[in-house]
Amino acid sequence: MSFPWAEHYSPTHPLMKWVDDRLPLPRFVYNAVGAGYPVPRNLNYFWNFGVLSGVALTIQIVTGIILAMHYGSNAGVAFDSVEHIMRDVNGGWLLRYAHANGASFFFIVVYLHIFRGLFYGSYKAPREMVWLLGLVIFLLMMATAFMGYVLPWGQMSFWGAKVITGLFGAIPVVGEPIQTWLLGGFAPGNAALNRFFSLHFLLPFVIAAVIILHIWALHIPGSSNPTGVEVKGPQDTVPFHPYYTAKDGFGLGVFLIVYCLVLFFGPNALGHPDNYIPANPMSTPAHIVPEWYFWPFYAILRAFTFDFFFIPAKLLGVMAMFASILLLFVLPWLDTSPVRSGNYRPLFKKFFWLLVIDVLILGYCGGAPAAEPFVMISQVAAAYYFAHFLIILPIVSRIERPLPLPNSITASVLHQDSYEGEREALPGMGADTQPAQPGLAH
Amino acid sequence: MVRLLAALVGIFFSGMLLYSFGSGAVAYISEPPAPTAEHEFHLHPKEVDWSFNGPLGHYDKVQLQRGFQVFKEVCSACHSLRLVAFRDLKALGYEDPEIKAIAKNWAIKAPDVDPKTGEASTRPAVPADHFPMPFANDVAARAANNNAIPPDLSLMTKARHDGSNYVYSLITGFQPQPKELLKEFPDAKTPEGLHYNPYFANLNIAMAPPLTAEGQVTYGPGQPKPTVDQMAKDVAAFLTWTAEPKMENRKSAGLAVVFFLLVATVLAYMSYQTIWAGKKH
Repeated sequence: MSFPWAEHYSPTHPLMKWVDDRLPLPRFVYNAVGAGYPVPRNLNYFWNFGVLSGVALTIQIVTGIILAMHYGSNAGVAFDSVEHIMRDVNGGWLLRYAHANGASFFFIVVYLHIFRGLFYGSYKAPREMVWLLGLVIFLLMMATAFMGYVLPWGQMSFWGAKVITGLFGAIPVVGEPIQTWLLGGFAPGNAALNRFFSLHFLLPFVIAAVIILHIWALHIPGSSNPTGVEVKGPQDTVPFHPYYTAKDGFGLGVFLIVYCLVLFFGPNALGHPDNYIPANPMSTPAHIVPEWYFWPFYAILRAFTFDFFFIPAKLLGVMAMFASILLLFVLPWLDTSPVRSGNYRPLFKKFFWLLVIDVLILGYCGGAPAAEPFVMISQVAAAYYFAHFLIILPIVSRIERPLPLPNSITASVLHQDSYEGEREALPGMGADTQPAQPGLAH
Repeated sequence: MVRLLAALVGIFFSGMLLYSFGSGAVAYISEPPAPTAEHEFHLHPKEVDWSFNGPLGHYDKVQLQRGFQVFKEVCSACHSLRLVAFRDLKALGYEDPEIKAIAKNWAIKAPDVDPKTGEASTRPAVPADHFPMPFANDVAARAANNNAIPPDLSLMTKARHDGSNYVYSLITGFQPQPKELLKEFPDAKTPEGLHYNPYFANLNIAMAPPLTAEGQVTYGPGQPKPTVDQMAKDVAAFLTWTAEPKMENRKSAGLAVVFFLLVATVLAYMSYQTIWAGKKH
């Protein structure tokens, strides 16, 4: 499952030899994230976010397990147990703020990871399975984050749970029984809180399992790269360790600095003040908003204000919101351009940046009150979102004339050198690689 | 097939949305939403230069003690502080015997059970007790306060946007209803029993002005003059501490952590450069 020139694990220490002969776990790690995994030499910093997502998940699991030792998943004590953690548990404030902000940073790095995949066409053959498994992880993350936000049992927890489970109530005929079944009652209560806690504890481990599949599927073709040109020979790759462990180590440091600045100096900046008010079924908050990472989808949900014959607007909104994520599952078959990287797709690039701005606008509208002009803005933005993926992208793939691709990864790297005027012969260049033709790349 | 289905779904959703946008825009232009009194007259909290602002900010313990005094003599008559224990006051610089005395002399007694009869009874509070609730239950709280429950103050500065400034602005923001408001919105007259306050979300708050006169609370010698403004600042600072008692630990730990990470990141960058030296990428 790797390139033929991948380095082979040959332990020198007798103990490692002994272990490897009986359980080849060291070999497995070596081939997965060690020197045994050849990686394109030209990856930029956007290729750091997969590792950072893994780190973010680890932070969430470690802090979460300790928080669970002090948390009480009972509607009567949940809110106070969180405050007990904040006030009386040693270092509890650190654990809780690390966990709450860790969720936000998990989404930040995952969104950047998805951004990278979308721009560089990482979802295209032969990496469709990597993309599909990634989307499964994303859906699991959303479910986990939603249920986690319910656990402190503040006002936004309660009303968020009510709104989101109410989405299922929009399904005709069976909707309300399903909603009641999901909640274990007619409104969020102790039954809902308990099952959400149980699932919130379970799902991260499911995510970890799907991540293993995600990495496994990635290692079949190997990592993509910014040119989108596949690896052609040993000169195109470097061993993951030490090259990318070192580069990712630096990226990890930058990530942790930003994360800690928020964690220690603005831990409530990403949260909503209403969640410091205990849940009260008798008092509805003025604006019910989910956490920021759901805002684009929330804006799509609220953008539907008209019934379509027999389909009520609410159901349309629910369908559109789910569709906005599910359509990503068919993306590899909508974008038929054989060119992966957006760098060589001039027309795609324009629409892509429009999409990025569009999603940011949707996000802003999703966090704003459900009033004009935000509803109108989100209607236009949501219309573009669907049109982009379902209509524009297939057409662009068909009519676009991509720029000429470099002959190989090494050629593109060397071309940059010659461009800067410091020509250099690269040792070990294979026979199958030609130097870049002038004027081909860039 | 996939692309055909996708295009149909895309046309359906985008079409619905653009149709909704069109009719929404027509309605918006023909009938612009009427402004509301809340929208026109609500004010954002006033900015105060708190000692705890910024990454190096810390609580002014003397101010917190004054704020506690205001809470004790004014706020605690109606508002609870149920998440804070008397023992926590140690962070304000009180000594153990002082805290013992504060708990013992607290106007509201701690609930207890008579050890002989098992009947509900009360006893003087001890440092381990949380601040006792001023009302037996929500019904009693409503009955005594014009049908509004005085909210618990433990987390107030975190439960409102820009909380410390909000508490200060709200306490000092009571005023007669502006004439322009009544002229523009004759229906928005402050109802009987409520009080106009532009810092409150819907402009009319059930709480009567709690601090009305200079010297309402007598500060000890060497302290600033107990003006309404000063007392409001002090109690807002105290409530910032009750909501975030570990803020100082958090900020000092944060400085150490970020310093460590900066050093580690520089080292990581240097090793990245060393390992990649001579490797064009």
